[in-house]
Amino acid sequence: MLQINNLVVEIDGKRILNGLDLSVKAGEVAAIMGPNGSGKSTLSYVIAGKEDYEVLDGEIVLDGQNLLEMDPHERAAHGVFLAFQYPLEIPGVATMTFLKSVMNAQRKARGEEELTTPDFMRRVKKAAERLHIDQEMLKRALNVGFSGGEKKRMEILQMALLEPRFCILDETDSGLDIDALRVVAEGVNALRDPKRAFLVITHYQRLLNHIVPDSVHVMANGRIVRSGGKELALELEASGYAEYKEEAA
Amino acid sequence: MSAEVTPIRTAAETALIERFKAAKGELPGDGEVAKRREEAFARIEAAGLPHRRVEEWKYTDLRGLMREAAPLAPLPSAAEAAGAIAAAEAFAAVDAVRLTFVNGHFLPGASSTGGLPAGVEIVPLAEALASGHALLREMGRVAVGKDNAALALNAAFMADGAVIRVADGVPVAQPLHLRFVNTGAAPFATSPRVLVAVGEGASVTLLETHEGTAGVAYQTNTVVEIFAGAGTNVSHVRLNAEGDGALALSTLAVSLGAEALFNTLGVVTGSAAARHQLFLAFEGEGSKVSIGGATMIGGRQHADTTLVVDHAVPGCESRELFKTVVDGEATGVFQGKIIVRPDAQKTDGRMMSAALLLSETGTMNNKPELEIFADDVQCAHGATCGALDEDLLFYLMARGLPRGEAEALLVQAFLGEAIELVAHEGVREALLGRTAAWLAARAA
Repeated sequence: MLQINNLVVEIDGKRILNGLDLSVKAGEVAAIMGPNGSGKSTLSYVIAGKEDYEVLDGEIVLDGQNLLEMDPHERAAHGVFLAFQYPLEIPGVATMTFLKSVMNAQRKARGEEELTTPDFMRRVKKAAERLHIDQEMLKRALNVGFSGGEKKRMEILQMALLEPRFCILDETDSGLDIDALRVVAEGVNALRDPKRAFLVITHYQRLLNHIVPDSVHVMANGRIVRSGGKELALELEASGYAEYKEEAA
Repeated sequence: MSAEVTPIRTAAETALIERFKAAKGELPGDGEVAKRREEAFARIEAAGLPHRRVEEWKYTDLRGLMREAAPLAPLPSAAEAAGAIAAAEAFAAVDAVRLTFVNGHFLPGASSTGGLPAGVEIVPLAEALASGHALLREMGRVAVGKDNAALALNAAFMADGAVIRVADGVPVAQPLHLRFVNTGAAPFATSPRVLVAVGEGASVTLLETHEGTAGVAYQTNTVVEIFAGAGTNVSHVRLNAEGDGALALSTLAVSLGAEALFNTLGVVTGSAAARHQLFLAFEGEGSKVSIGGATMIGGRQHADTTLVVDHAVPGCESRELFKTVVDGEATGVFQGKIIVRPDAQKTDGRMMSAALLLSETGTMNNKPELEIFADDVQCAHGATCGALDEDLLFYLMARGLPRGEAEALLVQAFLGEAIELVAHEGVREALLGRTAAWLAARAA
């Protein structure tokens, strides 16, 4: 489904990704783990299309199309979804207005009919219930005054409504207590599907107890340095990242 | 020995002097009114039009902007007026009592004054000036506007407008819509004035819209004075949707009695150059005001909002929130001054002006000022100026919005914070619609 070949990326002249290769199959949940500064968040931003990064080499192919040739909104319509580590607060933009705008923008880009208001409301209600998001929260401006857990749940709500084929979770566990983590993980697990793949970026193994990955990749110095099954995450939890940091140095 | 000083006048200043000489015999009112015209014009004649070396006009050089003094607008033909009124669309969907002014002239026939709510009295200003209406004595009541050039020009040339009185204790349910429509193929000048007296405990919503022909360099100088008594609740919304060639000067002067509530929002999308002035004086304790602005300009437009809030008595609260969006090579100006007089203890004043620059070539001048002479007060002001946040844009684009739509959503949200201050739903929706239309035109 997703194929990244020899990705080389710089920001402000500093090399962050250094010939990264990664392959994720449809239906797979791939975890990326690694020490701080190894380039995990950069990878997520580059897949989603943030402009600050300069891609010097390589390609990111999702279902036959090179994402690097697309604008961020085109990538979204093609099925890429990034759940942000720090979801942004947008004062003055009502959450429901935002949800409807983005859902219809993607549908329009794919040549589909816009949602009717009742259909939209029904979808939001159903997805919100599953994530324990109450109507009060939906009435507020997007993410404004939300707690850390509420913001993350709102990200997963958007993911559920937009039905992407490739989901990136960037440190979704950061700032969550165990109850919030469980709700978020259940939301993600409900979306697991043979046609959908996930890239779960995390520093800690904890999240992977709840979202059990099919593969685990260790990132250091801007490359994938080791890949394995879910047991690799447990091994990392025990041994830490020290050996990879040394490798990087 | 004394040398005679001959000031060097611009062509417009010379023409204004000629126009005043020619017109003063024809303008309505004699006695006190005529004397007031002479005094006001003498100030203009002595000092000339204000220019950039006059601090108050530093960012809006009226002498430079008014290259010519356009002739005073006569009453247009019935057919021309009807055409212009039919084309006026601002707040057309809002259920209101409409008072229509074409080129500054009050047209009772085109106004819905027949069905005035009980306790509301309306007199055309021309008639009030001619008959020496009692409310004329209140003109110029707000002291902080005393030496203002735009007010003086209006006082010299005012020809028509309206005097509105709301009786004590009357809650006026329907908004009163002051609909100013300007029409003509050649430049013209208008100086309408509206006096509104709101009796104790009364409440009313005033809507003011200004529209006009595109491509004509007409000049408007409107004045609205509101004298709100104790315990009143007055809402005011002003929309400048003037034609793109217009030079639009305007003043809102407000005096407030005790325990009164007053709020105003000024929205600017139109005119080539605009200056809207607000002079507000607290005359009684315990009153609260909210003053807002939403300006969206592009091309080579110039829009100035100048505000003076005079806390002359204790225990009043003022909130000012101004939002300006500048595109193209346009220039925005915000000058806001809060004065807290020595007796005005327990004053609570907060002023914020935020500007969003959508282009590299736009300019914003923010000048907030506090003059505090009392010691037990809470006052704050802030001013910001910046571009759209790239991280927010990326967030929206990553969710599927093309860049243009993401920008539009953020600009809407930015202006929305001020527009949401309007309590009347229909008016608020109409203003949000204007914002959307402005953004759509920008993207096209």
